[in-house]
Amino acid sequence: MLTFEEIKERLSRKRVGIAGCGGLGSNCAVALARVGTGTLVISDFDIVTESNLNRQYYFRDQIGQKKTLALTVNILRINPFINVIPHDLKITPANISGLFAGCDVIVEAFDRSEEKEMLIETVLTELPSIPLIVGLGMAGWGMNDSIHCRRIDNLYICGDEQTEIGPDMPPIAPRVGMVSNMQANVALEILLAKS
Amino acid sequence: MKITLNNNQEIFKQESLTVRELLKVKNFTFKMLVIKINGRLVNKTDYETAQIHEGDEVHVLHLISGG
Repeated sequence: MLTFEEIKERLSRKRVGIAGCGGLGSNCAVALARVGTGTLVISDFDIVTESNLNRQYYFRDQIGQKKTLALTVNILRINPFINVIPHDLKITPANISGLFAGCDVIVEAFDRSEEKEMLIETVLTELPSIPLIVGLGMAGWGMNDSIHCRRIDNLYICGDEQTEIGPDMPPIAPRVGMVSNMQANVALEILLAKS
Repeated sequence: MKITLNNNQEIFKQESLTVRELLKVKNFTFKMLVIKINGRLVNKTDYETAQIHEGDEVHVLHLISGG
């Protein structure tokens, strides 16, 4: 076991990459920032909209701002002693290595399954030694027991692996928060075990 | 053949299957998939040719939207 001071000290030398700053990415980044993760590399091309506020870590007065900028501001308001490296761009197979090489852990925090597949394939191929934590299935409400975490080699899967978003199955704060914090928790487990 | 599919032991009457055949036999109809055989990622372009044999450990991960 470690004291919080020891945890912070160990995490201060760690770097985590977060692909996407939506419901999963913004909440996971904030959790990792609160515990003192040294460097967070965050990436998204989108802007904050009103519909994001039901689950994403932004404020009403940030509607219209770049997500990477707004999230950097929010993180540094909570913990100004860490580094945030924002990349305002669309993640593609061509830039993933450049963005996330050197990270101790990568968190997949995309919305669409096509993007999840693209990131997983690219990381497993080009950065196979870096643990990748994906969020899979968190729409709707209730069903606490359906959310789990499992591991396939260096790939960690958090979520219920069942509920796909749709008009009658929106992603909303509680379960998105659960999965994003589970991803942060897995990241800590990896980061604190390695050091 | 006997293989491990998503951590479960499964028996198939065929002696080997391509990835595409396995998906058909199991009725895995999801479009977005990540497939690993014995720890190695199978590229989408290799689903017709990549073979699964006795004793292989296969993971088929279904990707669903939300985040």
